[in-house]
Amino acid sequence: MSDMLTIGGHTFQSRFILGSGKFSLEIMKAVIEHGEAEIVTLALRRANTGGEENILDYIPKEITLLPNTSGARNAEEAVRIARLSRELGCGDFVKLEVIHDSKYLLPDNYETIKATEILAKEGFIVMPYMYPDLYAARSLVNAGAAAVMPLGAPIGSNKGLSTKDFIQILVDEINLPIIVDAGIGRPSQACEAMEMGVDAIMCNTAIATANDVALMAKAFKQAIEAGRAAYLAGLGRVLNFKAEASSPLTGFLED
Amino acid sequence: MKIKKTDHMQYMDGMEAIESDFMEKVLTAMKEYDYDQYSSRDVETALNKAQLSIEDYAAILSPAAMPYLEDMARKATAETRKHFGNSVSLFTPLYIANYCENQCVYCGFSITNKINRATLSMQEAEDELKAIAATGLKEILFLTGESRLKSGVEYIGETIKLATKYFSTIGIEIYPLNTEEYAFLHSCGADFVSVYQETYNTDTYELVHLRGSKRSFPYRFHAQERALLGGLRGVAFGALLGLDDFRKDAFAAGLHALLIQQKYPHAEISFSTPRLRPYINNAENNSKDVHEKQLLQVMLAYRLFMPYAGITISTRERAGFRDHVIGMVATKMSAGVSVGVGGHSEEQKGDEQFEISDERNVKEVHQMIRSKGLQPVFTDYIRV
Ligand code: SF4
Repeated sequence: MSDMLTIGGHTFQSRFILGSGKFSLEIMKAVIEHGEAEIVTLALRRANTGGEENILDYIPKEITLLPNTSGARNAEEAVRIARLSRELGCGDFVKLEVIHDSKYLLPDNYETIKATEILAKEGFIVMPYMYPDLYAARSLVNAGAAAVMPLGAPIGSNKGLSTKDFIQILVDEINLPIIVDAGIGRPSQACEAMEMGVDAIMCNTAIATANDVALMAKAFKQAIEAGRAAYLAGLGRVLNFKAEASSPLTGFLED
Repeated sequence: MKIKKTDHMQYMDGMEAIESDFMEKVLTAMKEYDYDQYSSRDVETALNKAQLSIEDYAAILSPAAMPYLEDMARKATAETRKHFGNSVSLFTPLYIANYCENQCVYCGFSITNKINRATLSMQEAEDELKAIAATGLKEILFLTGESRLKSGVEYIGETIKLATKYFSTIGIEIYPLNTEEYAFLHSCGADFVSVYQETYNTDTYELVHLRGSKRSFPYRFHAQERALLGGLRGVAFGALLGLDDFRKDAFAAGLHALLIQQKYPHAEISFSTPRLRPYINNAENNSKDVHEKQLLQVMLAYRLFMPYAGITISTRERAGFRDHVIGMVATKMSAGVSVGVGGHSEEQKGDEQFEISDERNVKEVHQMIRSKGLQPVFTDYIRV
């Protein structure tokens, strides 16, 4: 029970973050329930405030909103969108997305770092979406990020952990929650990432494009839990390997 | 140097020329495109790829691909889901003027066609905008005929400014502009520009654009690039299918878009797929060789070639067709359309550009999208 996810001083039981951009609104609730997600992203550009089809009406109150800056092409635009989201009452969390490529939708780490610096100073809990690069991740830490969200594979590709080795480096070196965002296509891939020591998984397309979205949300929830358990259990095994064996293999050495 | 106004491959006075070799590239590739040389094997190879090359694109646009429409549709549906999820964006076009100084043989607004002409006053424009906004829509596309006299850039800028009060996304489908003029309209609040080349066959282009500034093929061709240089965010491409060889035209439009995407990776790219339609005083004007099957082939080819590009399906097509292509290829559809000047708030002031086929209002289109398990999206953009 004590294994909580802490981001920017807030704690969460669930390590499953749901991306909302690709769902029909009326099934959002079911997906949140079955996936037991406590954090749901919200594309501010989709928030039809005051009008019809406002996504905010479909997200239960107790859920933490993670507004994102999708649509931002540079740091300046991202900062403005983040401020707008706070003005609209979406809270202090912001998932920073700065994308300057309409084909691959790969994040621009450089602009992301700049925006993180500005927003963190303004008191935002900044969760930057990034390409898994160690230098950039370190800069994000210095800039005041509350977590880092490396991509597993290009957005929507369902390809899983194409960047696995580089995410592992972040897990090993960066002292912030590491959340794999984008690319996860199957529960087994989410599980694998969690086994590696990733702190949480964000998922959208893989669930939204499933035949039974609620059931798929549940499958992800279970996979993430299983991966986390394996990681925690695995830690013990690593320690065992390092710990002194009961009868040392090198005990015969005399001088 | 004085340029002869009637040479369709020249710029006219006041038209800005930019450095770009895209026109040559597209025209050369289109000339070389011999779609009859592709076999079913080429099509199968293309359909088995994750990322289609230009050659693959050529193959799936060829007649050899016709028996593979079903396979293409399946693959396209998956691609659309991957990139756009369940979303289908809704918008409505607003004609603010129908004066035109051009003579295009396929269009109701042509200068020689006797129709009722009008330009909306600011008050009328505001009434229209309010009426449209009341339907819940958040995206609007401004259209005019091509008349710098009756609907000048300043005027269009004013109406765009008005629209920013009610709409989050504003697109323009007007005559091509110089970079600075695009920058001006961008500063007024416009972010997306559509310019249809109509046909990429320069000979046919000359034959169907008899007079007016639209005769300049290269000026029109480079409009998207000038728009992006002017700071616009997204550009749309389109060939008027049926005007000339539609396969070649679609091939050229795809290539044109690809080149722009590669040079301006941030640009949001989209396609429109208009077919010839009957219009006032010309009920016979129709595309003869572009039936729904061929139209769908073009849409599928765009989707598979550029899976990340938006595709708009217009009200020119019948409801049944529109309903089936959303989710599969089309990511955006118009609703509650009037193609005359005004007509959303009170009486229509000027006549229509062409006949539409899908007369459903926003609510009906909205319900239809929902009933297919898709998500109608009113707003997908923040002006920052
Ligand atoms: S197609 Fe455009 S330029 Fe040509 S006549 Fe119609 S409105 Fe005028």
